[in-house]
Amino acid sequence: MSRTSRAARAAPLCVLRALLALVLPGAAHAALPSQADPGPPIPAPTSSPTPAPIPAPRHPITLRDDSGREVHLAQVPQRIVSMLPSLTETLCALGGCSRLVATDRYSDWPPEVRALPKAGGLEDVQIEQIVRLRPDLVLLSRSQRISDRLRELGVESVALDTQTYAAIARTVTAIGQILGVPARAAALEQRIDAAVRAVGAQALAHRHGAGPTVYFEVDAAPYAAGADSFIGELLTRLGTRNIVTPDLGPFPRLNPEYVVRHDPDVILVSEIQAPHLAERPGWDRIRAVREQRVCSFAPAVRDTMVRPGPRVAQGMRAIESCLERVAP
Amino acid sequence: MSARPATLPFGAAPCEAAAAQRFAVWLLSCIAVTFVLTFGSLVIGTSSIGTSMRWILSPDAQSSVVLWQIRLPRTIGAWCAGALLGLAGAIAQGVFRNPLAEPYLLGTASGAALGLTISLIAADASIGGLAWATKLGVTGAACVGAAGATLLTISLARGVLQTRSLLLAGVVVAFLLGAILQLLLLSRFEIWRTMQTFLFGSTAFISWSSVGLLGGVLCICIVPAALLSRGLDALTLGEDTAQSLGVSLPMVRLTLLGIVSLATATSVGQVGVVGFVGLIAPHLVRETLSINHRRLLIAAPLCGGALLQAADLASRWVIRPAELPVGAVTACVGGSYLVFLLWRRSRNG
Repeated sequence: MSRTSRAARAAPLCVLRALLALVLPGAAHAALPSQADPGPPIPAPTSSPTPAPIPAPRHPITLRDDSGREVHLAQVPQRIVSMLPSLTETLCALGGCSRLVATDRYSDWPPEVRALPKAGGLEDVQIEQIVRLRPDLVLLSRSQRISDRLRELGVESVALDTQTYAAIARTVTAIGQILGVPARAAALEQRIDAAVRAVGAQALAHRHGAGPTVYFEVDAAPYAAGADSFIGELLTRLGTRNIVTPDLGPFPRLNPEYVVRHDPDVILVSEIQAPHLAERPGWDRIRAVREQRVCSFAPAVRDTMVRPGPRVAQGMRAIESCLERVAP
Repeated sequence: MSARPATLPFGAAPCEAAAAQRFAVWLLSCIAVTFVLTFGSLVIGTSSIGTSMRWILSPDAQSSVVLWQIRLPRTIGAWCAGALLGLAGAIAQGVFRNPLAEPYLLGTASGAALGLTISLIAADASIGGLAWATKLGVTGAACVGAAGATLLTISLARGVLQTRSLLLAGVVVAFLLGAILQLLLLSRFEIWRTMQTFLFGSTAFISWSSVGLLGGVLCICIVPAALLSRGLDALTLGEDTAQSLGVSLPMVRLTLLGIVSLATATSVGQVGVVGFVGLIAPHLVRETLSINHRRLLIAAPLCGGALLQAADLASRWVIRPAELPVGAVTACVGGSYLVFLLWRRSRNG
């Protein structure tokens, strides 16, 4: 987790919409095909083993969330609402699942959260529903800008930024602090990082030369995953070269001719869009489309790569297995 | 189309020759602007202008795809869509005798968007790329939605002549249909974001087949509109006068509203909801020319086409190689213009 977070540099118009990428990846009602847990074959080289357990900081704690607000928590929250699938996944990975009283309508992992009440989506948070459930804490995406309103209504919330790869670690740390399990959070952070490194190392062992150029389409507008986004970071670690450079911001809405001009070796896209790529003007001439080097992912698999949470290494592995098939 | 009045005093202005000359000059300059914008669209994109110029002079395989499969259909398609909107706006303003009538403010565009979305969901298709048959079906559904929305607005406003209540009804209908559309999309959230972006106006994926559809409908619309232009002139003088001139009002209105619906629906189907072009284009024409409807129905589409071409160019140039929603560009320009019009009207009277 070496990268520092960077402010969104895309045009402000794009940012909000692009953030949706993190919550609207598709209806995932089918469970993931059973994949073994990351189980890193290579121990992470940089992460030093923690010999003595860090004493858990006693609540009350005060933390500053990613929208710059100070949040004071007198005790470990017992009733939590999570309004973003990736935050739900991280919370559950840290053992906080039983404290959830509601989620956003797209949270569907781990399976036990599916039965919980739903309190709206990214842009239509049902504040009334949240208030009625009397939570101690609401976990939000930074783009959801309802913290002040919730505070007026007596509900505390923490807003987290989820665009970059570094943000994954920061989210784990923050939620670990909130739950009073910093050691567990540190372990999870290490596990995620180690798994990502392991998949990356395996991939790099296969790659020869400069690696394929790739275009990851977040949706058909077309919004792309830039090199600065967490998806972009995963692609870089797989030894690929993203055609969407960091200066375009994490999730820019591209002029489609940009993709045609950069003629990527591989296109990564949702299952819904894959059959229609060749119908877009000029796209039938892109090498990846002509040679059918298109990786399309079912919604449940795609969720693992578009949610910046504990399952990113799984998503990375799915990308890598497709890359090995189409661009060996 | 039995509605052609036998004789009309209009067009027999004292300085008809001078007016004709001004009109000709205006048309020529509009066409010249269109040519400049078309050329601009060919050289402006994700590559530098110098590179694009070199491409035009000596194209290779890739650059010719970019120039002739992407940039050219895109700008011509934007022109056609803008022309359809300009035509729809000019007709709507005449039929309703309301200078602020246009597909967007009347709810027609929202109806088209709703029809489009319902048909896309029913066909389980996505807007990114569509086969010909699907494109036609989707446009048909959009047309039904547009016509339905227009009729709903008229019935809410209790007739076509209540200037203020018509606008109010149009806004109500637009909001209502927009809300239904959002509810539908929320149930299909795998296409929610794509559709949101598209409905906010997108010229990004105009292909030659889109151009064919837009151009074909433009031809289909403009002929009957021109034939009925005298009916519109008669309406300008008031219903009684029109009737005494032998104009069959219900027939003329119905046909013209059909044209407005078809033009709006086709444009919404290809470029999403682009507001205000239909409002501005006829106004810009009337600001510079004092003309009857026969000429307005030629000039407004030309003006609307150039406007949307310019907006398309701006949308892909300002933050290149990323894009702004083209609907946002026209809304910024058009919204300001609407405010100006309202301010001037209130000042004058």
